[in-house]
Amino acid sequence: MKRLVTSLISVSALALNATAFANESVMKGSQDPKQWVIQAGTYDNQRYSKLDQINETNVGKMAPAWSFSTGVLRGHEGSPLVVGDIMYVHTPFPNIVYALDLNDEGKIIWKYEPKQDANVVPVMCCDTVNRGLAYANGKIFLHQADTTVVALDAKTGKVTWSVVNGDPKKGETNTATVLPVKDKLLVGISGGEFGVQCHITAYDIESGKKVWRAYSTGPDDQILFDPEKTTSLGKPVGKDSSLKTWQGDQWKTGGGCTWGWYSYDPNLNLVYYGSGNPSTWNPKQRPGDNKWSMTLFARDPDTGVAKWVYQMTPHDEWDYDGVNEVPLVDQKIDGKDRKLLVHFDRNGFGYTLDRTNGELLVAEKYDPAVNWASKVDMDRSSPTYGRPLVVAKYSTEHNGEDENSQGICPAALGSKDEQPAAFSPKTGLFYVPTNHVCMDYEPFRVSYTPGQPYVGATLAMYPAPGGANMGNFIAWDATKGKIVWSDPEQFSVWSGALATAGDIVFYGTLEGYLKAVDAKTGKLLYKYKTPSGIIGNVMTYQHKGKQYVAVLSGVGGWAGIGLAAGLADPHAGLGAVGGYAALSNYTALGGTLTVFALPD
Amino acid sequence: MTDFAEHSKSRRAGKRRRVVLLLALCAAASGAGAEPRAAASSQDGKYFDAEGEPTYKVDASGKVDWYTYSGFLRYSAECLRCHGPDGLGSSYAPALADSLKKLSYADFLSTVANGRKNLEGGQEKVMPTLGLDKNVMCFIDDIYVYLKARSDEAVGRNRPPAHDPKPKAWEDAENACMGAPS
Ligand code: HEC
Repeated sequence: MKRLVTSLISVSALALNATAFANESVMKGSQDPKQWVIQAGTYDNQRYSKLDQINETNVGKMAPAWSFSTGVLRGHEGSPLVVGDIMYVHTPFPNIVYALDLNDEGKIIWKYEPKQDANVVPVMCCDTVNRGLAYANGKIFLHQADTTVVALDAKTGKVTWSVVNGDPKKGETNTATVLPVKDKLLVGISGGEFGVQCHITAYDIESGKKVWRAYSTGPDDQILFDPEKTTSLGKPVGKDSSLKTWQGDQWKTGGGCTWGWYSYDPNLNLVYYGSGNPSTWNPKQRPGDNKWSMTLFARDPDTGVAKWVYQMTPHDEWDYDGVNEVPLVDQKIDGKDRKLLVHFDRNGFGYTLDRTNGELLVAEKYDPAVNWASKVDMDRSSPTYGRPLVVAKYSTEHNGEDENSQGICPAALGSKDEQPAAFSPKTGLFYVPTNHVCMDYEPFRVSYTPGQPYVGATLAMYPAPGGANMGNFIAWDATKGKIVWSDPEQFSVWSGALATAGDIVFYGTLEGYLKAVDAKTGKLLYKYKTPSGIIGNVMTYQHKGKQYVAVLSGVGGWAGIGLAAGLADPHAGLGAVGGYAALSNYTALGGTLTVFALPD
Repeated sequence: MTDFAEHSKSRRAGKRRRVVLLLALCAAASGAGAEPRAAASSQDGKYFDAEGEPTYKVDASGKVDWYTYSGFLRYSAECLRCHGPDGLGSSYAPALADSLKKLSYADFLSTVANGRKNLEGGQEKVMPTLGLDKNVMCFIDDIYVYLKARSDEAVGRNRPPAHDPKPKAWEDAENACMGAPS
């Protein structure tokens, strides 16, 4: 391990001399609120903009200024970028990139369309979404569905380098964005439903050469752990911390995929992200804690070595992927300034940790419906410290194979999925798009074949008891772990939020509304129905002195699966079918960018 | 694995020939192939229609045969992520509860085993090739009869309320096809 670390350090030391730091361009770009250079806006993933021309008093007058059809029908996640006078728009498979001239009414400057084998399409779980581009050092980075990573010249669209990160024939695909950090590009991978041993990889930003790769599961030299220095809840993890928690070599098909969001703290020089579910969905077939699936990681971007980890859902029994975003904030807890990270996990708990060392500070349910665990054990002297206390009735492990565990909240898609939350330093609150959906879960035996799905459970999902709303848009105080206000939504909120200095918060809905609400109260101030359901993230930029708000619509993704047909409550008795309106009664497919502004 | 593929291929080819013949014979009489498939015979808890193709059995209380129930489970695990809950379709794959109103057993088998691509009109629709996927092919008749029951509206949405016990023959076939449990 030591030797590996030292050799990695020397490799990156060489690279350091040779290249300009990407983070300079990203840092500069993201400090300029007129631009939007990476998907989260800024490295801290707060999704907060200092622009305040559009604010709580005038947002009611906002109106569409222009729009653009992407020509692709499937689910549109992520958001456009704005770098200088150019807007960059991406699409789901086939992953087209458009560069639009903001000085010339959105005229297309260049278009890039990769040629990808269509056989990758059915290997992708849950639609062919892509969560967008990133910009650094004059290049636009795209990570295609087939795992090809390309660096495009931002001015011309010409490919400067490209590298293949995985093999779709083995079930390895991509839906995520990438993060440029210093002289590297950090790249994740999908395939948890195909038994992939997932990883995060750093490529040299100028050449595309692989610098390091860190798996989520496996031996220490593959997961880049230092048994003495990598800690979990304050203690060194020790040797073989992952291997010990799997039966035999099941870690080789262990999942722990990395298709979520990445954040970066330049002062601590740490990158943060979460890993996904262990494969298969049948927990009986993979005894053990299955480390380090379902885990928050803090890694050194130069070497990849993990500083600390925290596994939120040991031995997953519900498909609660831990990949959601990890926004970084500095707030007071018990009167003391703390460097925090906050994470709204699929499992329904909102976690607040000290991001310097992984100390667990708050873990509370951010949807009152959550029932699979009574709480997270916060007693430091307890043998189960930091673990969720699982309720036997909802444990699919406890109930066993071929048994249908009923009424589990949240459903597999989580109290929140990948759609990122926003944070306003002005209110000190998080704004969180959530799902209010529960499930029945029946695990059964499956066999593993490379490149074939490896699922092993039957799920039925339905709205949480006591109401017909399948979503809420909430404001959350992460220092206390409390909901401050909550706006019910008919459907799951599947769009990333944006908070601005104008004291407003934007988000989209599955019916297709772009909404603006008061950051302090949640009061609805504006809504507009875009051409299709919104699963993209809201962004903002300023051009020629005027603030714009932009969002991609184009329904699909996980939401397009269940909600197209409507969710039926299996416990409502025969004949109650269709009690919940189908999304198809509200919207249809189609990728469109809509850009809003105040009237002149 | 190869044996398995070969086996399902030859079985498919045989079926197709027979189905074509049957369709020719029946065409004049019935006009359409969308008749509910009443169970005409059964063996070890598996039901067959008059043409000898697998079908479902549902009693007045809504209780289904084991194959139909197993089909619900496997459909939900292997097909739902594209074809939507209860065979009702999604934003990018057809509602199989409708498809099976027209699609024959043989065409169903060949579509699942060989896959299909439809890359027109801004929508990349790809049905994967599942012929080598044991988690599908070991249960393909189960999935078929479940979807047939859905398309005939013999079973409703969600998990069937009750089902026959797992027949020994089904369990033996599962072990033979999947390999004995470890
Ligand atoms: C990755 C997504 C995906 C999965 C998983 C999937 N399908 Fe499909 N399937 C499709 C698409 C897309 C089509 C439509 C292709 C076209 O338009 O030609 C299709 C078409 C079909 C058809 C033809 C329907 C018709 O109307 O002609 C059948 C039958 C079918 N699928 C059965 C299944 C079964 C059974 C399973 C599970 C074992 C399954 N599919 C799993 C995507 C999928």
